[in-house]
Amino acid sequence: MVSLEDVSVALGGRRVVEGVGADLGGGLIGLIGPNGAGKSTLVRAIAGLVPAEGGISIDGVLVASMPPRDRARRIAYLPQGQIVHWPLTVERLVALGRLPHLAPFGRPDGMDAKAIERALERTELVSLRDRPIDELSGGERARVLLARALAVEAPLLLADEPLAALDPAHQIEVMALLRAEAERGATVIAVLHDLTLAARWCDRLLLIDQGRLIADGKPGEVLSADRIGSVYHVSAFIGEAGGEPLIVPLSHH
Amino acid sequence: MTKSLRIDLALALLAVACAMLSLGLGPAHLGWGRVLAALAGRGDPIAATIVWQLRLPRALLALLIGAMLGGAGAALQGYLRNPLADPGVLGTSSTAALGGVVALYYGFAAISPLMLPLFAIIGAFVGLIPLLLLAARSEGPLALILAGVAIATAAGAGISLALNFAPNPFAAVEIMTWWMGSLADRSFLHVWLALPCIAIGLGLILLEGRALDALTLGEEGATALGTNLRRTRLMLLAATAIGVGGAVAVSGAIGFVGLVVPHLVRPFTDRRPSSLLIPSALGGAALLAIADALVRSVPTLEEPRLGVVTALIGVPVFLHQLMRARRQW
Repeated sequence: MVSLEDVSVALGGRRVVEGVGADLGGGLIGLIGPNGAGKSTLVRAIAGLVPAEGGISIDGVLVASMPPRDRARRIAYLPQGQIVHWPLTVERLVALGRLPHLAPFGRPDGMDAKAIERALERTELVSLRDRPIDELSGGERARVLLARALAVEAPLLLADEPLAALDPAHQIEVMALLRAEAERGATVIAVLHDLTLAARWCDRLLLIDQGRLIADGKPGEVLSADRIGSVYHVSAFIGEAGGEPLIVPLSHH
Repeated sequence: MTKSLRIDLALALLAVACAMLSLGLGPAHLGWGRVLAALAGRGDPIAATIVWQLRLPRALLALLIGAMLGGAGAALQGYLRNPLADPGVLGTSSTAALGGVVALYYGFAAISPLMLPLFAIIGAFVGLIPLLLLAARSEGPLALILAGVAIATAAGAGISLALNFAPNPFAAVEIMTWWMGSLADRSFLHVWLALPCIAIGLGLILLEGRALDALTLGEEGATALGTNLRRTRLMLLAATAIGVGGAVAVSGAIGFVGLVVPHLVRPFTDRRPSSLLIPSALGGAALLAIADALVRSVPTLEEPRLGVVTALIGVPVFLHQLMRARRQW
């Protein structure tokens, strides 16, 4: 259970997130809103990476008061445009997700090996485990980075734009992986821009604009044509295709 | 035996072999039999004196200093996520060298053989002060590199100034000679001086291996994995100042080892920054030991400077690797 109480974040003197409050208990939660709305900042605040006013707590414990390693075990964070500085193999990179679980001078144990194995299996990377990360395609790379976050096996997974620069097939693949993680009991919060995918895969959407929470609820409730118009400044077609929601931005206004 | 252990063992054997070679070489032709007998504490007194008083301290210093420079290079490349980083990048080598030059210039070095190293270590710490002030504000690695370059430039200017105003040509030559790096005429006193500094420096570096691995995902990625980056920064700065400061203090400035050795051993590791630390230290020890052996086997009146020889050996190997490999890190 993630609880946000009147959360505000100021970056460089500018208030980027303003009074956001929500109780997020399980499921796949989409964080949507225009560029610069404060979505990434809110996610980084939840991850404890930027100082925030108000209360952010997980299962009743304030994130700000958690020791760093404890926090890292509870929150897996997949940043936007993750850079990998050295060409580790897939397995070595995924294993970084176990760092918060290792005792200060301890070595990885059977639990860690199993968690790495599970992350590799879920992302179908077992056959690529010995390949260096810089030899992979964009889609494979995105899967590896997600596997790295899954290997933490944290109750809360934060994914900031996990679909950026992926083709439609890989976008669906990543959404399915996030969905599966949510179904295993984790709370998954993903920053998304594709409204159709957000509506189709998420249990709940939080719409952020200019740092404020504009709407919070089931995708069908949040994504009305009026709201999309006022927040994104586009007219949109909202319909269905094969029983699934379909949202197509039409023109800027 | 794991792959990484095999590589550590192979490099350790290489370093020991290089050091043994260096024990057998020198202006006095002793022959291996007399060298080994002297090492075992049996041989004749002349051989024993040469081996124990002259060659062994030199060989040990080469191993220690090479290990420190190689280890620090690997740690700084990992920390700064920059394959161009070496202990010189933070300015520590330069300010330590400036400390040594001050001791030579003002004649403190003539008072006691301890004064020169002492001044060099003081220089390393003084050079660290601006970096610590910067690090306390938790700046990114780029600010540290820029500050390091500025500090190195200032220290270089100070050394040039000393050469500029040297009271006589002999003083200038003395400063130049020391500055270029050498292990000539070092004794066990120098070993005991460098050993604790280098042990502390390498120890601190090894403690931060896991943090360096986490930094593969950038500063924010590492923080999200529970790494205390401020601690890592302070530990590595302290390790560099103490370890490299102690190394420069007894040998003068020896460039290139810290830059090249991590690149030479990286292909044999799994490329995690932590897996590079011990191989780089062992590789650095081997490179400096073999360089020092070569320095003494060149039949010239004046020994070529150690820093020159490490560059002459390291550069071709480095360039060969650059050309052969698709990537170097």
